[in-house]
Amino acid sequence: MKPNDLEDAMEWIEVCQLDDVPVLGSRVVKSRHGSIAVFRNGDNEAFALLDRCPHKGGPLSQGIVYGRTVACPLHNWQIGLEDGAAVAPDVGCVRRFDVRVDAGAVFLKL
Amino acid sequence: MAKPKLVVIGNGMAGVRTLEELLKLAPDMYDISVFGAEPHGNYNRILLSPVLSGEMTLTDIMLNGEDWYRDNRIRLHAGVAATRIDRVARQVVGADGRVEPYDRVLLATGSAPFVLPIPGTDLKGVLTYRNISDTEAMIEAAGKARRAVVIGGGLLGLEAANGLSMRGMDVCVVHLMPWIMERQLDRMAAGMLQASLERKGLRFLLEHETSEILGPHGHVTGVRFKNDKEVEADLVVMAIGIKPNVELAAQAGLHCARGIVVTDTMQTHDPRIYAVGECVTHRRTSYGLVAPLFEMAKVCATHLAQFGIGRYTGSVTSTKLKVTGIDVFSAGDFTGGEGTEDITLADEIGGVYKRLVLRDDRLIGAVLYGDTVDGAWYFQMLRDGQNVSQIRDHLMFGQSHLGNAGHQGQQRAVSMPDDMEVCGCNGVRKGTIVKGIKEKGLFTLEDVRKHTKASASCGSCTGLVEQILASTVGGAYTPQSTAAKPMCGCTDHTHEEVRRAIREHHLTAIPQAIHFMEWRTPNGCASCRPALNYYVQCAWPHEGKDDPQSRFINERAHANIQKDGTYSVVPRMYGGVTTAAELRRIADVVDKYRIPTVKVTGGQRIDLLGVRKVDLPEVWRDLAMPSGFAYAKALRTVKTCVGSEWCRFGVQDSTQLGIDIERAFERMYAPHKVKMAVSGCPRNCAESGIKDVGVIGVESGWEIYVAGNGGIKTEVAQFLVKVKMAEEVLEHAGAFIQLYREEARYLDRTIHYVQRVGLDYVKKRVVEDAQSRRELYGRLLYALEGERDPWEERIAGHAKREYEEIVL
Repeated sequence: MKPNDLEDAMEWIEVCQLDDVPVLGSRVVKSRHGSIAVFRNGDNEAFALLDRCPHKGGPLSQGIVYGRTVACPLHNWQIGLEDGAAVAPDVGCVRRFDVRVDAGAVFLKL
Repeated sequence: MAKPKLVVIGNGMAGVRTLEELLKLAPDMYDISVFGAEPHGNYNRILLSPVLSGEMTLTDIMLNGEDWYRDNRIRLHAGVAATRIDRVARQVVGADGRVEPYDRVLLATGSAPFVLPIPGTDLKGVLTYRNISDTEAMIEAAGKARRAVVIGGGLLGLEAANGLSMRGMDVCVVHLMPWIMERQLDRMAAGMLQASLERKGLRFLLEHETSEILGPHGHVTGVRFKNDKEVEADLVVMAIGIKPNVELAAQAGLHCARGIVVTDTMQTHDPRIYAVGECVTHRRTSYGLVAPLFEMAKVCATHLAQFGIGRYTGSVTSTKLKVTGIDVFSAGDFTGGEGTEDITLADEIGGVYKRLVLRDDRLIGAVLYGDTVDGAWYFQMLRDGQNVSQIRDHLMFGQSHLGNAGHQGQQRAVSMPDDMEVCGCNGVRKGTIVKGIKEKGLFTLEDVRKHTKASASCGSCTGLVEQILASTVGGAYTPQSTAAKPMCGCTDHTHEEVRRAIREHHLTAIPQAIHFMEWRTPNGCASCRPALNYYVQCAWPHEGKDDPQSRFINERAHANIQKDGTYSVVPRMYGGVTTAAELRRIADVVDKYRIPTVKVTGGQRIDLLGVRKVDLPEVWRDLAMPSGFAYAKALRTVKTCVGSEWCRFGVQDSTQLGIDIERAFERMYAPHKVKMAVSGCPRNCAESGIKDVGVIGVESGWEIYVAGNGGIKTEVAQFLVKVKMAEEVLEHAGAFIQLYREEARYLDRTIHYVQRVGLDYVKKRVVEDAQSRRELYGRLLYALEGERDPWEERIAGHAKREYEEIVL
């Protein structure tokens, strides 16, 4: 392990089964990074974002999921699930986490 | 495979707008190139007048700079006019010989100013008013010369005259007709406009026909008229009209009338060649205003993107003069004549004139001078062809469609200073909105909401924002016709069409509905899914599939989300009546779960604020009270007064009736929240006059009022019917609510619904037709049958994972 490479200090952690997350929904994972929202979309893709909208800190996990986007429940900002970036003309970005689905299990790189 | 090639001829607002619409629908479909005769990107032509008057600069009005073309991988041939379309070889040839092969062509060649066929038009100092270089020439001339004559007293001529006058010139407007702007204004309004322009220093010569422009030494010196009079001039601007640029199309053998003839799908005689904008003739009409161009652009883009939907069926246009400090608005046909009726209000001293023209109970024309606040409202009714017989008596006084709060009681945007707050929700000032509209090139209310956030929350200030938009972009602003407004960006279907399809084709689940109606998106969006979820269940009670993921979080979690992500809990207290035992349980819950705030609500119940989501099921269990649905688009509360049981004035038992209504209709979902009230005497302490259904007890029975509202915009409920017995109240109120549930658009309150269909219609269905009333009431009772309390279900373990966190 290269000590100066933080990326390498992170490891894949199994958090739940994909079936534990509702289709077009999310689950909240409490981690040392804070609350993380794990999403599942209509194509059974999984995504993970810090559960804080870049606008006013709303819990994105509680939003409506569509396509590859989630609408924040507080003021309806649209946040991209892949990159955590707000859809224009709103400007802002939330931290994203790498996700992997393996044999039905969801792993986060934390 | 190589992409098909789209060649756009004309780099103005119509062509580029079509491209923008196309890129939204099908970003990678075409290889696009654009020929533009002017040497720069696309600019906002309708803002040339503020540039001329010195209120804005050229850079302010650029809409698409070169980077936009680059970012969208569009080849822009700036400064290169297209000179030939070779339809056999399928290529467009530029003035410098460059060639672009095509699969599709979009003609957007615009129009050219009409030049009078008289001697002297080629003299120095004689200009037309159409583009940036004309504007620059006028600004330059204004710096040197003193006397200007503007030929043409139409919209463009007056804006030119005003601009030159503001640049210090002595301006005389010459007009052929007996009054100015005769195509947009009647004589009275035109007279008032002329008087106020004269006060600004303009002079007018009406009914003067120009015969010659004089200039013995190559530069203009004056203008002579048919009546042999002359005026001196150092600058002459001709603004007498436009003619569509059809030469290129005609040369290519395309059928042209005044403009290039197009079908409802914006296609010319050659189906590979489309045309939009001022260069076309559609159904024998050519347009010179920008709003129709945008409508054409939208339709054309859907066909270029091969969606094959949407037809352009012509535009009703409105006009607003962009002269600072003068408010004029006109729309539709105001010539009057047989079969039409006029409603007029004229206050010459006060400077206000309004004339509305009606035919067959529909508004067909409107002219407003001095007070144009309601222009957008009239225009909308005109476009929608709405029957106005019911509101005729107060039609003239406008809608006052503003909400009551958040903007300091202002009703007129023009009189507001730039630093005054327009939107009290998002703290947006007037100046910020104006700046956004100008700099970002915004034309619609939706755009302004997205970019500035003004009126994007409660919507109370929508009317003010519309006024600001209208006065900034002038005639380019067209309020969206609500009759044909698509549900959202995922579809072109309206709410009514979607509801009908769900009913007629037995669509019982969202995926089935969006598949059947060919939604553009795989699973809708945050705006259409909640609506669809409601529509499916309303149409098919006990059968329509509820999708919790398509509900807003409050309805999914059965509690109200707060700004910090905690929730609030409001248990039901029927009719606002509680007991010592309930209050003790509430107090114990507050202590046990350390609930930070306990508040009495406006609906006569108790709100527990700051509950953690994971605690919700336990809180509900300990409360042992039913859900108050304070979080849902559903029946909230039935507010009551004390009534005849205790009150010395009470004539009816309002408390008991309130409890009975709340028990009968609890757990009823609706297009929006529904609030009710019952008062025991006409003193109306339960405030029945501002409820969706308000009941007032009188000695001989009960009066029922509907469609009131106490929120964003106070609306007084309207009298529906008077009945004798409490059971009749339930049946009438239930039937009314069921009608609203079945026919309103999602997120419309009862007032919006009743405004749209008219109270007479509601009375017909609910009061006059007893059979219809019983059926409606029966359908409501059937829908509510067996509906379980959502808290009770969750205490029993339903939807458990919604409330559980995963802890690592």
